[in-house]
Amino acid sequence: MPRRPIIENDRSFSWITQKICGIVEGRTPTWWWVAFILCAMIASFTLVGLVYLVSVGTGVWGLRNPTFWGWAIVNFVFWIGIGHAGTLISAILCLLKQKWRTSINRAAEAMTIFAVVCAGIFPLFHVGRVWFAWWLFPIPNSNAIWPNFRSPLEWDVFAVSTYGTVSVLFWYMGMIPDLATIRDRVPMIFEERMRQAKTGLQKTFERFYFGFRKLFYGILAMGWRGSNRHWSNYEMAYLLLAGLSTPLVLSVHTVVSFDFAVANLPGWHTTIFPPYFVAGAIFSGFGMVLTLMLPLRAIFGLQDLITQYHIDCMCKICLATGSMVGYAYGIEFFIAWYGANPYEGFAFVNRAFGPYAWAYWIMIGCNVITPQFFWFRWARENLWLVWILSCFINLGMWFERFVITVTSLANDFLPSSWDYFSPTIVDIFTFFGTFGLFGVLFLLFIRFLPLLAFAEIKSVSRQSDVHNH
Amino acid sequence: MSKQYGYLALFETAPEIYHAAISVREAGFRKWDVLTPFPVHGMDGAMGLKRSKVPVFTLIGGVIGFFTGMFIAWFMGQYDYPLIVGGKPYFSPIFPFPVAYELTILLAAFGTLGGMFITNRLPMHYHPVMNYEKFRHLTDDKFAVLIEADDELFSESETRSFLENLHPSEIALISDEEA
Repeated sequence: MPRRPIIENDRSFSWITQKICGIVEGRTPTWWWVAFILCAMIASFTLVGLVYLVSVGTGVWGLRNPTFWGWAIVNFVFWIGIGHAGTLISAILCLLKQKWRTSINRAAEAMTIFAVVCAGIFPLFHVGRVWFAWWLFPIPNSNAIWPNFRSPLEWDVFAVSTYGTVSVLFWYMGMIPDLATIRDRVPMIFEERMRQAKTGLQKTFERFYFGFRKLFYGILAMGWRGSNRHWSNYEMAYLLLAGLSTPLVLSVHTVVSFDFAVANLPGWHTTIFPPYFVAGAIFSGFGMVLTLMLPLRAIFGLQDLITQYHIDCMCKICLATGSMVGYAYGIEFFIAWYGANPYEGFAFVNRAFGPYAWAYWIMIGCNVITPQFFWFRWARENLWLVWILSCFINLGMWFERFVITVTSLANDFLPSSWDYFSPTIVDIFTFFGTFGLFGVLFLLFIRFLPLLAFAEIKSVSRQSDVHNH
Repeated sequence: MSKQYGYLALFETAPEIYHAAISVREAGFRKWDVLTPFPVHGMDGAMGLKRSKVPVFTLIGGVIGFFTGMFIAWFMGQYDYPLIVGGKPYFSPIFPFPVAYELTILLAAFGTLGGMFITNRLPMHYHPVMNYEKFRHLTDDKFAVLIEADDELFSESETRSFLENLHPSEIALISDEEA
């Protein structure tokens, strides 16, 4: 059986360059401004919510005995999980030599970084007195107290900050050759624009704007010139970063799951958490990649570069990881019964049939049933259906974290302290606003940085083969 | 004053540049390079490049990271301010392991990126080859062999005819404007 081509219609190198560079070089489309302003307005909800929280206290988040973790931790785990698909695509699929990753890795890595930014907000403000948040890091302070390295929460500080930093390094290094291409095209595009400019004001604007572009891309490209002596070191560094990011991405959600698993609470204190969280993170991340890439592919006409084959692959990963998550839900229930611990047993029966049953069944519906459609080719080829299902995956994975966090806390060992947790309007606004923040960052990325890793795409195209196969 | 930097031969396709690189290596040139818009598979072998030194930097970064993690946990928990928390020892290599693990990866990643820049001598915002009028295409869709004038085997007429025998689409003399 012939292999499906990674690039359809046998596009030339210059076509690929023009296609991707054209996105950052063309005039800003109107839809971009509309989306940008809309996202900025949505992001202001987070800003207002956080200002209010800092002035009043974390009580405005609906946190009260016994549920002190609430939406803050749910949102944190949700966003950090989304990031995992980006690293999976850029690192693990690189080690596994999955060539189709080249069309989607750049945007997915950007998604990772922006998701980590959104995630970081919640634990940062959840500490209450955010101006002391730097005590989380081992920096000498006037109380002469050091962080407690025995706590999984402290491990999380290291895991998440390392994850954010390494993701940025990997993303940036991958972009250097593409930035050099954009840098080298600046004079050409500038001349074109000057020809189109009619008034003196327009010409002055173009001069300033392209002066900025020349500096921006020039500095970031680091003087890359495509030397093969450089490529040799670069490829080695890329492979090593992929090798480093693989244990990193697996460790990050493992450590996040330790935040729960190290506590003695029924429903949290289980050894299945690390693999279950990692599978869930990749599942949710691929859901988000599909949610983002399908519209981008349509808007920018990238059908030849992000083909049906790519979408099939992503859907199949969703199917695999979604089924692992479903299996984990089942095993959790089985062990709760088999372990014969009455508290553990109660926690799970309470999840499925207690006051939060509605959230539990949303979770099961979205995470276990939704991906099963991806068994079928007709479903994977109906892109509207894929997009809608990917949104359900995002929703379901948020509810998974809600179910885990809130059901265990709200009904713990002591029935006298049980309570029904409800979020406040501040909770909802703050979380809603992070989608705006994510959107703002992602739109800036689309506008200024190469959306697809086109140097890598060229290297997997048919005409890059030196033996003419 | 501008000074001669070397000859550049432009090629249109990946197989052409691959075979040209083999010929240049076999001719015995030492100060030469191949410029490509993407990493051409097999080119390192064609050019006879040695294995990259970047892993050394990665290893150094990783080792420093691991011991930094263990050291801060020991220094802060046992040496500088011993404090009993949860009846656990002041220091043990077990509980700060996630911290040391993350720092290993963090510093190894910095070492890798830094090592890539050091071994490539980047940032280098000016290079004579950027004076070539079609340089833009070398990060887009064309390929080039560049033989430096400093090479022992270089001679203006012979190197030119050598390159012409490789059937490039054009040959250009690159000059160094800043020298």
